[in-house]
Amino acid sequence: MPADNRGHFNAMNEGSMMNRRTMTHLRQLEAESIFIMREVVAEFERPVMLYSVGKDSSVMVRLAQKAFHPQKLPFPLLHVDTGYKFKEMYEFRDNFVKEIGADLIVHKHADAGRVSPYEYGTQKCCAILKTQALLQALRNGNYDAAFGGARREEEKSRAKERVYSFRDEFGQWDPKNQRPELWSLYNARVNRNESIRVFPLSNWTELDVWQYIYMENIPVVPMYFARERDVIVRDGQIIPLDGPIPLRKGEKPERMLCRFRTLGCYPCTGAVCSPARSVADIIEEMMTIRVSERSTRVIDHDAEGSMETKKKEGYF
Amino acid sequence: MQQHSKSMEEFLAMNEKKDLLRFSTAGSIDDGKSTLIGRLLHDSKSVYEDQISSVRKASREKESDEQIDFALLTDGLKAEREQMITIDVAYRYFSTPRRKFIIADTPGHEQYTRNMATGASTANLAVVLVDAKGGIKPQTKRHAFISSLLGVPHIVLAVNKMDLVGYDQSVFEAIKSEFSYFAGRLGVQDVRFIPISALKGDNVVTRSARMPWYTGETLLELLETVYIGSDFNLVDMRFPVQYVLRPNQQFRGYAGQVASGIIRKGDEVLVLPSMKTSRVKSIVGFDGELEEAFPPMSTAVTLEDEIDVSRGDMLVHRHNQPKTHRRFEAMMVWMSESPLDHGKSYFFKHTTKVARFRFDEVRYRVDVNTLNRMPGGTMGLNEIGRVVCTSTTPIFCDPYSRNRATGSFVVIDPISNNTVGAGMIIEREPSDELPNRIETVVSEKDGLHLRRSLVAPSDRAARWGQKPVTVWFTGLVGAGKTRIAYGVERRLFEKGAVCLVLDGENMRLGLSRELGFTAEGRAEHLRRVAETARLANEAGMIVLCAFVSPEAALRAQVAEIVGGDRFLECHVSAPIEWCEARDESGLYSKARSGEISHFAGVNFPYEAPVDPDVVLRTVSTDSEECVSLVLDLLRDRGFFPCAG
Repeated sequence: MPADNRGHFNAMNEGSMMNRRTMTHLRQLEAESIFIMREVVAEFERPVMLYSVGKDSSVMVRLAQKAFHPQKLPFPLLHVDTGYKFKEMYEFRDNFVKEIGADLIVHKHADAGRVSPYEYGTQKCCAILKTQALLQALRNGNYDAAFGGARREEEKSRAKERVYSFRDEFGQWDPKNQRPELWSLYNARVNRNESIRVFPLSNWTELDVWQYIYMENIPVVPMYFARERDVIVRDGQIIPLDGPIPLRKGEKPERMLCRFRTLGCYPCTGAVCSPARSVADIIEEMMTIRVSERSTRVIDHDAEGSMETKKKEGYF
Repeated sequence: MQQHSKSMEEFLAMNEKKDLLRFSTAGSIDDGKSTLIGRLLHDSKSVYEDQISSVRKASREKESDEQIDFALLTDGLKAEREQMITIDVAYRYFSTPRRKFIIADTPGHEQYTRNMATGASTANLAVVLVDAKGGIKPQTKRHAFISSLLGVPHIVLAVNKMDLVGYDQSVFEAIKSEFSYFAGRLGVQDVRFIPISALKGDNVVTRSARMPWYTGETLLELLETVYIGSDFNLVDMRFPVQYVLRPNQQFRGYAGQVASGIIRKGDEVLVLPSMKTSRVKSIVGFDGELEEAFPPMSTAVTLEDEIDVSRGDMLVHRHNQPKTHRRFEAMMVWMSESPLDHGKSYFFKHTTKVARFRFDEVRYRVDVNTLNRMPGGTMGLNEIGRVVCTSTTPIFCDPYSRNRATGSFVVIDPISNNTVGAGMIIEREPSDELPNRIETVVSEKDGLHLRRSLVAPSDRAARWGQKPVTVWFTGLVGAGKTRIAYGVERRLFEKGAVCLVLDGENMRLGLSRELGFTAEGRAEHLRRVAETARLANEAGMIVLCAFVSPEAALRAQVAEIVGGDRFLECHVSAPIEWCEARDESGLYSKARSGEISHFAGVNFPYEAPVDPDVVLRTVSTDSEECVSLVLDLLRDRGFFPCAG
């Protein structure tokens, strides 16, 4: 976990910001996200926050704490667990939730443990353990609004996503029939059995997220920071040997100084070769490397436009 | 945590200090909009390597050219990639060391007016693209019109594909002058022009060596430096209550985003609609208490007294209240396949309030290509018009031109739940309800009757070759009103017209010499000006009036006295910093020190005309050109035949 890295620079900025009565981009993004969360809680019956344990979730939870302070979070956190997450993620999740006093719901698909990407392929595995499981969990909880940490910048098809993303009773998204979203007047009207996904971080970039983590000293899973790990290199991806991963012929584990840019399931999440050991290191590295965030997710590359296909089916 | 170099800490500190500019881009299909955005992202190094290689992969199927197709970086959805058009608003992000940018990339297709309105609704600035070869098209005007309708304060006309016209300055100048005239009619405050080639990179991020005649900023330089500090309204405090925080019996906090103005600890606040008053006890947040909050902060306030406040209520200052209306007028963009239905009760969402309402009337529709008004009736998909509405509960609103947050609303269909319309509230009330009233002391009913002149207006028009009109120049002190008015007089005189100039000096020294600067004094002063102008108009003269006249309500009444069909409102527009810098009279410094009160822009609000007949931007247009624009206006409206 990063040490307190709020230098005197931050204090100075906040001071000068107050005098000029203008807000920095991060404070504007923060204010927008808080506004969105409050709107949803005021206008929906049963909101829930998707919690994926990653950095975006960490930021989203902090924003929720700010939005409802001094009240406790007015909705539970929901983790859709594929069973393939890294050990460090489970540990972090349980500590984090306890520390902030949030209610956590963990949902696993009935077939978790039986379905694996090795037999079914990444697309199908994901469709069952993530998309279907998510829809089940939302149905079980009767949730009419689910917060997700997705950002428009992450992937091309997300650039057109609304902040309130309307889903039919099957949880499906229709990119050609989205409601116009003007100003900050979000239309919260849905019929019974319909729901919305809400993306309060829509306008944040990966750099904004890290910058905010740095500024606010927000805890994140230590997997984001570099250390020596046992890995194999497969199809250009660095796959960590965190779980029982069947080795292909000719593959040999090696030790490498690496870290994770995004956290997913261990069979499908690649690491990046990096010496960045702190949030500041990561920001510095981001300014120099030029590979987009989701490129370390094996599944997105399977077919042109694959994220869009998944989303139409109900994936976040 | 390891030690970082000083420069890294400095970088992080600087990065935290960045501000945010939201801009929209619009252009017709072949204007090269996607290429421009791709170029901005690419040249500002916001595009990652793997995205470029996936685009290389996609463009290879289409063409053999190894050059990157920048448009493919931005065209997101599979469907549109197949149809080769952008079909929905897409948001893009990039940043430079000075600013973070959010681009609302809106499609230029005819049927997607609604997308353009969506993109413009949150933008500080609009980049309108025009193809240098094709010149200004109806769509260009439509984009500019929608941007101005949605209150975007800054418009940049990017004249693209300069490479295809041999980087010819005269092509650029011709487009610039045509668009200036049009933008003047729209009443846009700030318009800039840049010749670019998105494909070759000229004047997008780096200065072009191929257009030495252009000495202005590149597009990115402009985006980085355009002053947006005054885009937020810091005057009228409006705090719509979003959510009530009640963690326990002792604490009751009202959560919301400051829509405008500044709310301070200790302020006396009025709760709408209950009209109860209390004081702000604290402004609380996760990070501690604040002394004050301003837009767009999301915060929470507690009050001294236990009064009933709930979502949809609004906290304001007693001396500065919004209008409370059940019946209001608005400009409306209709966004649904099913036309506006008078018999139907719709929902609307305004600030944090949702209620039922109906449309009483569509006063007119606007042809977005010509700006001509068409008869009302109903409105169909992508039509824009002016409507009268009645709501089941009162709303607390300001005119959209003054306050985007409290002047906007969306319409929701109760059956489909779709968002079907976007409204911008207009200030229009019967003049007897206006707060600042020009008192008419003598009227016909007091026994005085106006005798009819034996000379008919048509006789005078035939004698002098002109029709009488009053041109009203309004604007800040130092903006250049009087100079332009006298310039117009000189030019008109040379062309044989008969005219008269009225300005603050010649009126205040004579006819209005005993009047002060109180609200009544100012109203009476303008009444005398209006009556003088009316008399001169009746004698057949063209009257040029140069008055700051900051209050829209008073200008409306002047127009009523003069006669609306012979009254032209002319906004002489310049940023206050500019006016103040060239002020030789010392009035600004006196106003700043408090020696002068009611000084527009300093200690009195200047209400810019919402729909002026022409805007003269004296910062970028020299006074001779401004004079010509006024003469062109007089010719176009049929008052005086000679062009400027």
